[in-house]
Amino acid sequence: MPQPRSIQRVRIHPLGDTALLAVLGSRLDTALNTRAIGLASALRKRRDVRQAVAGYASVTVHFDPDQTTLESLGAAIKRLAVRRPKEPIPGRLHRIPVVYDGVDMPEVSDSLNLSPREIVALHTRPIYRVFLVGFVPGWAYLGPLPEELELPRRRVPRTHVPAGSVAIAGRQTGIYPMQVPGGWHLIGRSSVRLFLPNSDPPCLFRAGDRVKFFAAALD
Amino acid sequence: MTEVLRVVDPGLLTTIQDLGRPGAIASGVPPGGAMDRFALRAANLLAGNEPNDASLECTLRGPQLVAERPCVIAITGADFDPRLNGEPQPMWATLSLAAGDALTFGGRRIGARTYIAVGGGLDGESWLGSRSTSLMTGKGGFHGRPLRAGDLLSTVGTRTTYPAERRELVPGLRPDYSDQSLAAVAGPHVRRLEPESRRALFSATFTVSPESDRMGCRLKGPGLQAKAEELLSYGLVAGAVQLPQSGQPILLMADHQTAGGYPVVATVVSASMPRAAQLAPGDDLRFMEVTQAMARQRRLALSSALASLSAL
Repeated sequence: MPQPRSIQRVRIHPLGDTALLAVLGSRLDTALNTRAIGLASALRKRRDVRQAVAGYASVTVHFDPDQTTLESLGAAIKRLAVRRPKEPIPGRLHRIPVVYDGVDMPEVSDSLNLSPREIVALHTRPIYRVFLVGFVPGWAYLGPLPEELELPRRRVPRTHVPAGSVAIAGRQTGIYPMQVPGGWHLIGRSSVRLFLPNSDPPCLFRAGDRVKFFAAALD
Repeated sequence: MTEVLRVVDPGLLTTIQDLGRPGAIASGVPPGGAMDRFALRAANLLAGNEPNDASLECTLRGPQLVAERPCVIAITGADFDPRLNGEPQPMWATLSLAAGDALTFGGRRIGARTYIAVGGGLDGESWLGSRSTSLMTGKGGFHGRPLRAGDLLSTVGTRTTYPAERRELVPGLRPDYSDQSLAAVAGPHVRRLEPESRRALFSATFTVSPESDRMGCRLKGPGLQAKAEELLSYGLVAGAVQLPQSGQPILLMADHQTAGGYPVVATVVSASMPRAAQLAPGDDLRFMEVTQAMARQRRLALSSALASLSAL
């Protein structure tokens, strides 16, 4: 089926005078994310681009203002974005054990009208995609989360979420790699190390990787 | 022996910084590096270093340092009233220290961060291509932490006499840290602001809150109202003005989170980031909307000021 033109259109927004945001779409969608990752990797090869980071459906491009302008780089991105993306390399598959005893489990169970056992079954069912790596070192935005588990973020974020917390919010899930503030619902914990300071890149997950959770016994 | 300075008193928060690790943002690691990159580059060039060499960034209160051997230094950025053996010293200029000389600071006059470059460039742990201290991860710089009393700083090189003549950045080429306006361009999500808030963004006065740090400058001002619709997370940049639900904006700085989903309503242009880095809690600021052409003009003015130092 041919793609409607609206999907192809890229909007370019300046982020100051040395970066821009190229927006490919506004849906949480694997195909859009694949295009964003492909576009970011094509842009990183350009001499006038210092860094390009794929978001869910966008690319943030840091450029050298002595070598290009917002207009000419924007035009080049629009040309690149309509090209048919190369066949994406299937990401690595990570199997992650989770102990589903998160502090928010009772509250999540109430809000969703699901038993903890049903929540575990739903959360361990999909193979999630790593949509993007960012926020804090080692953090990865995983999704899409089954619709049945969709909840808005907590109204008041926690100032300290313990490292290893497995959390959900919206159609996303993730694991906190270190103790940081956070507004997601904590349903479990994992002992897998996600931030690897002595490796390069210093994180376990990369954009495009796949993640499967399984329930582990209480330790 | 390359040990060059002994820390008698570290000051409030003194860390080793260079120009950061921009390549690491794809792994979620903050780019880091000096908050005031103009001041860092100028200090290095005045001390005879490469612009990207590691130097000290001292926050709000300066350290007390003693020279272990003769060395050349330069102090730029915020004016904390630098003194050598009690005698006031010029900023933005090359200074020569003899072994045993004591560098102290009288007190803060203007700005938030002063930079001390040492001839030869400071040594420190290099992590992901940078010697910058990453406080969040405890990596890079001086064992990944702020300086403490008793620490001994070393240089990579052992340059002691170069540059031979005293150099200075002329006052007209130094940034004006008393300017309260930050040049900014409208952000990708500025249209989400209610019309009243859109006007306030580029006209109201904001105050820097005490919770500000190297990650971001939290601002207090008129509450800005935006359409509450969650955005898909995307890559962030230093200078971005994020608007959380509270309506109080956060100006992202060097150690910013690398991705997020709050609307970005404006981005401070590169030439105004040195000024932003010098904001102290309680300072007032305004965002002044500029065009790309104006941003470019300001950027080139700073580049040519630095070029006047490297041309020698």
